[in-house]
Amino acid sequence: MYYSFPSTTSVQKNYFQNREFSFTLKDDIYVRYQSFTTQNELEKEMQKMNPYKIDIGAIYSHRPNQHNTVKSGTFQALEKELVFDIDMTDYDDVRSCCSAADICCKCWSLMTIAIRILDRALREDFGFHHLLWVYSGRRGVHCWVCDEAARKLSVAARSAVAEYLSLIKGGEETVKKVVLTDPIHPFIRESLAVVERYFPRYALQEQDILGRKESVDKVLSLVPEDVRKELQQDFQNEKKPESRWKLVRDQATKKQATAKKGQYFEKEIMLQYCYPRLDVNVSKGVNHLLKSPFSVHPKTGRISVPINLKELDVFDPFAVPTISLICEELDRPRAGEDEEKSEESKDKENEKDAAERRKIRDYKRTTLAKYVKYFDQFLDAMARSWKGELLRKSGKF
Amino acid sequence: MIKNINILDLFLPSGTMQFMSRQKKLLPNSHTELYGQCLQFYGQPPLENIALSEFETFAVERLKLLKTVENLGVSYVKLSEQYTKKLDQESKNLNFPYRSGPSEIEKRRKDHISHFILRLAYCQTEDLRRWFIQQEVDLFRYRFSYLSSKQKLEFLHKNNLQYDAISVEEKKALQDKLVNSSYAVSGITVEDQDFYKVPFQDALDLVRTRKVYLKAGYVYIPHQDIVTIILNDFRTRLSKALALTARSLPAVHSDERLQPLLNHLSHAYQIDSLSGKSFPLCMRQLHQALRENHHLRHGGRMQYGLFLKGIGLSLEQALQFWRSEFIRGKVDADKFDKAYAYSIRHMFGKEGKRTDYTPYSCMKVILSNPPSQGDHHGCPFRHSDPELLKQKLQFYKVSPSGISQILELVKGMHYQLACQKYFELTHNVSDITFSLNHPNQYFVESQKVLGGGKDIKREMDTPQRSQENSGRGSAAAREAAANASQHLAEMTEELDSFFQDA
Repeated sequence: MYYSFPSTTSVQKNYFQNREFSFTLKDDIYVRYQSFTTQNELEKEMQKMNPYKIDIGAIYSHRPNQHNTVKSGTFQALEKELVFDIDMTDYDDVRSCCSAADICCKCWSLMTIAIRILDRALREDFGFHHLLWVYSGRRGVHCWVCDEAARKLSVAARSAVAEYLSLIKGGEETVKKVVLTDPIHPFIRESLAVVERYFPRYALQEQDILGRKESVDKVLSLVPEDVRKELQQDFQNEKKPESRWKLVRDQATKKQATAKKGQYFEKEIMLQYCYPRLDVNVSKGVNHLLKSPFSVHPKTGRISVPINLKELDVFDPFAVPTISLICEELDRPRAGEDEEKSEESKDKENEKDAAERRKIRDYKRTTLAKYVKYFDQFLDAMARSWKGELLRKSGKF
Repeated sequence: MIKNINILDLFLPSGTMQFMSRQKKLLPNSHTELYGQCLQFYGQPPLENIALSEFETFAVERLKLLKTVENLGVSYVKLSEQYTKKLDQESKNLNFPYRSGPSEIEKRRKDHISHFILRLAYCQTEDLRRWFIQQEVDLFRYRFSYLSSKQKLEFLHKNNLQYDAISVEEKKALQDKLVNSSYAVSGITVEDQDFYKVPFQDALDLVRTRKVYLKAGYVYIPHQDIVTIILNDFRTRLSKALALTARSLPAVHSDERLQPLLNHLSHAYQIDSLSGKSFPLCMRQLHQALRENHHLRHGGRMQYGLFLKGIGLSLEQALQFWRSEFIRGKVDADKFDKAYAYSIRHMFGKEGKRTDYTPYSCMKVILSNPPSQGDHHGCPFRHSDPELLKQKLQFYKVSPSGISQILELVKGMHYQLACQKYFELTHNVSDITFSLNHPNQYFVESQKVLGGGKDIKREMDTPQRSQENSGRGSAAAREAAANASQHLAEMTEELDSFFQDA
């Protein structure tokens, strides 16, 4: 089933053989341009090398493990899923609960918001259908867009998509990272609608951005000077964050009635604190490799599980199974195991089959079960979709 | 000599039977179908045999048309009334299509064939490609503007650009979103113009900057912007095609009838364009005289020939250049080889005492060998009659105030300063830091200002050289460039000491 992902995501025959994998081995040894002819080969190699990390790359014109034998210039990436990588460290300037590689349930909302905004845009604006969101295992999420159209996008197109989705501009030196001008594009409006749903609880309560003095100053540095002075005064009499926010919004409404510039500051604040931060370089590279779903994160032991969007609001990164948990669960004795064994040992020819079946059933006993089920549904949807394409192309529709 | 050429053969790399059969399936049944509209994307090369004479005429006439396109584009706002009127006229004179109409089939055939011939000539270097693409895009834009809305849609569909106009109802439903997606789109735009649905991959710039409404993978674009997209599409297609053609050039080079014609077409153009942009007035004048009269006398040949050597022309290129020009005049190939080739080789130090002569400095041009009747060499600021100089500057589009400034300097005998002023005016800069004392220096500085930065000498390499011995070719060019600058340095020193002693 794992084999299905990198190959079902495309229709052509030799795709699996031309798919690049990379392994990170013990002592941080990184090997690229791995490729395999069959699922069996991949499994055997995985068992042999015991990689800490497995990444998936593009489908190339030739087998990646033979790329050195190919005439220079002809070895090229033909197809690759469009991917996005959202990393919590990129939000360090706007979250006060954690920093760097840490995450907690408070700042996890940022991932929820990111997923909602990007998922909507990729589906409704760009027309993509097959999106797989995956928890990276530590501090972020990845998105794999597996539509055929997405896989065939050029570098320029990927970069354009990523920039369309980017609203946060500027690094450490930039104070004001979001600036909105008239007219406000429908994409921004839709994104704002999502942000507004989460903002009161996430920003005002959990992050308390209008509570502590440094936070307040930071927020106020994002409003025009004249408004800032007024708010600073008003805040002396008003301490409740929700009421303070209302004051900010009222000021914005006032400004929007008169000014032609700098009048959308309340929206800009919400976006700066909540809007997804993407790494454009990850998305635009066709040669870039991304962590494989279901692989183990070397630093936390957590499995990179797919996220079911229907249960997005209750997704808990800390409840994601770790490899040790899975091993533990697998080691637990199963009910009726002895019976099975004796039956099967009667027929040695079936031994190999039985081992296969046992392997496949094993994961169902672990916490991984529901994630695998969700993943299966995703793959089914894709298979149905390309079957439909084939039928349509052959004129049967 | 075989009189007919099969153009398709020139465009197919050898051994592409697959491509051939695919092509045949797409072949339209008649000229009427292929040439149904007055313009096309030139997707397929012409499949017929044409006479060698037609080959040459078509190519030359299209070149004239494209040069007109270039000139008009400089003098008038593109698609303005004067622009289109003049281009109409030129198209008519040269017998090219410019409007929809049933009697246009022959002209469209010529248009089709001539485009492909010029591709052969202009695919060879970056510079040539850029020029060719620019003029073809402008020509396309002008012709596209003549189509009606319906014809435009037909054209798009025929060329697999699945751009559909959305219905009035859909426009109304999306009105707010359309207006809010783009600063340039107002309620009026939505009412007045057709909006097209375009796959987002074809409008990346608009998507990247979020200047357009995007829904389900399609952007919604008003008619005014569709043209930009189509032009970009045309430009991209042509650019790719030229790159491919360049790679299959060996087929062309092996055809002896075509080789000289194509070389002449492209080299002549290239030097023409350089002469307008980066040559000092003295060399521009010499170049023009050579092109008009197909001849230059000894003084002119020396001054201009050495200058060309200084900008990187190799001996082979020089021989080709002068020969192709002279045989258009009264000199036949044999006479050229006997009489003139020797002196060109002499210039390059390949004959006689083998001095590798250096290009003349301004001092030398101004002070020695003044031109007489029938000569075109010398320094125009020194040797031309002021009235004549004024006319010349007007013809080269220097502003009246600029002309007076130059004439003032000439009156004061500051010939080099006058030339510097000419440089400033033609390049639109006002703060040059160099002190002009050599025509090749003028050229180098000009290329710098124009943001060239690329190796002009390398550009002028013919493809044979680049394919066979590029190493040698560019080494020779680099040598020439090094020579030029070394001599520049020497000249400057000489001049300094000259003035110090005096």
